Amino acid sequence: MNDYQMMVDAYKDAGGEDIFSDSDVAHVVLERDKILGMHAVDGLEVVADKVEANKVKVKVTVREGYKIEKPVHMCFGVLPKEGKQIIDMNVEIQKNAQVEVRADCVFPNAVKVEHIMDAVINIGEGGSYIYKEHHFHGESGGVEVIAKSDINVEAHGKLVTKFDLLKGRVGKIDFDYEAEIAEHGTVEMLARISGQKDDLVKIREAAHLNGESARGVLDSKIALKDQAEAEIYNELTADAAGAMGHVDCTEIIKDQAIARAIPIVDVRHPEAKVTHEAAIGSVDSTQLQTLMARGLDEEEASEVIIQGLLND
Amino acid sequence: MSKLLEVKDLHLKIEDAEILKGMEFSLKKGEVFALIGPNGCGKSTLAYSLMGINNYHPQKGEVFFKGEKINELAINERAKKGITLAWQEPARYQGVTVRDFLALGLKSKGEEVTEEKLRDALNKVAINPNQYLNRFVDKSLSGGERKRIELASLILMHPELIILDEPDSGVDVVALNNIADMLNYFKESGSGILLITHSEEMLKYADRAALVCEGEIIRQGNPADISEYFKSFCGPCVKEEECETEVAS
Repeated sequence: MNDYQMMVDAYKDAGGEDIFSDSDVAHVVLERDKILGMHAVDGLEVVADKVEANKVKVKVTVREGYKIEKPVHMCFGVLPKEGKQIIDMNVEIQKNAQVEVRADCVFPNAVKVEHIMDAVINIGEGGSYIYKEHHFHGESGGVEVIAKSDINVEAHGKLVTKFDLLKGRVGKIDFDYEAEIAEHGTVEMLARISGQKDDLVKIREAAHLNGESARGVLDSKIALKDQAEAEIYNELTADAAGAMGHVDCTEIIKDQAIARAIPIVDVRHPEAKVTHEAAIGSVDSTQLQTLMARGLDEEEASEVIIQGLLND
Repeated sequence: MSKLLEVKDLHLKIEDAEILKGMEFSLKKGEVFALIGPNGCGKSTLAYSLMGINNYHPQKGEVFFKGEKINELAINERAKKGITLAWQEPARYQGVTVRDFLALGLKSKGEEVTEEKLRDALNKVAINPNQYLNRFVDKSLSGGERKRIELASLILMHPELIILDEPDSGVDVVALNNIADMLNYFKESGSGILLITHSEEMLKYADRAALVCEGEIIRQGNPADISEYFKSFCGPCVKEEECETEVAS
């Protein structure tokens, strides 16, 4: 079986749809520094180049006014037990262009794998970029993901990022996303992660609502068990009239897991408003016992509650 | 008819407060037995104790279900035997759909989950399946909607004993009528119902009733008589001097 087929299979095993033969669906498939597949559609340009060992530069452009109908699929990963993948990503969503991207990062056999993503994203005036990133890291915990994004949303632009890692081990995740939002722009950053054993989750999400009536939501839901640890740093600043935002961090912990939530809310205009909510604790006992009164044992009931939280 | 539930001399203390002081009653299959009493008299504590909720284990007394002592059984073990509790304030579940919530009761009994069963249960509680099956059982649902969904889940579980804790609290007239219909439905299906309430209006749906005061049953018998007594002496409480505290058989 060739690398392309193995990546596609790993992608499907991780829950990805069978889209690679659909000519209406744009896609990119990268295994370490190998560009295994690439397909663009009208209005969308994708350029990928290997720039050095283990490092690929990817430039995605959605041309002005284009609305890409079907989600673009990106499949990144490392197939062997050991390896490194560095992706230098540049995304440009031009004025009034719209696209949704589904990125699946698969490391099914990882024992010692590094995945480093450094992204610069610019969303032009009235543009929309929805980025859903789904990770599957296998069961050994041998994956380290370091992701950094510098994001700029111009007037009336929209950015949604949704990250989820709900099955298998996390390994180590270190995210650092920073977004600047102009007038009437919106940003939503959502993270859903389930950690176990000695997994380590570190997330920093910051959004600056610089323009009038800019909107922002930073929402993290993390479930941890065993000796897993998480630190969630959410920062939302608002310094223009009508700027509004909300920071929400919910972490459920079991066993010896440790969770920290650090919400930073910084408002610098009397007509701006940012709220925050953080809850860290064990599974709610009323929820748990209601489900047990339906016949579920404690472990099954906890799982229903945790999966519900992460699917929300 | 043999006893479905039998409670004997049940005592429960929480910290230094004696909440249940020798509760004693029984309930038959297909019977609605109502426990009425003012807020704080120990009714909900009794419900939690019967279900085996953590921190509500009695220090003294016995609970029998179909002749078997169940004091030491965990919540889910009691549920598997056929006992369930509908809370006064049903829990909310982020990210859990009505469909998944309803399916839990079926799955735990090892029964097949079918679309038809889920829809039928919702229709019975006057909830439109098309509008609700994919909604989350979270704060987006009103208290009345959650209570009806809870009832639908009970329909699917078809338990032998249902403990309904204040089913009428916080619901509108439509939901109240629905609860009354459901009481009849469960009764006709052969379930025994322990109906806990502080509203004498609910007693009209009971076959027998008992009045609870400060952790004790002070009177039990015909629901109409208990209702009358409750109205006359308990709302507001007339205190000991005028209260006839002998236990009716």
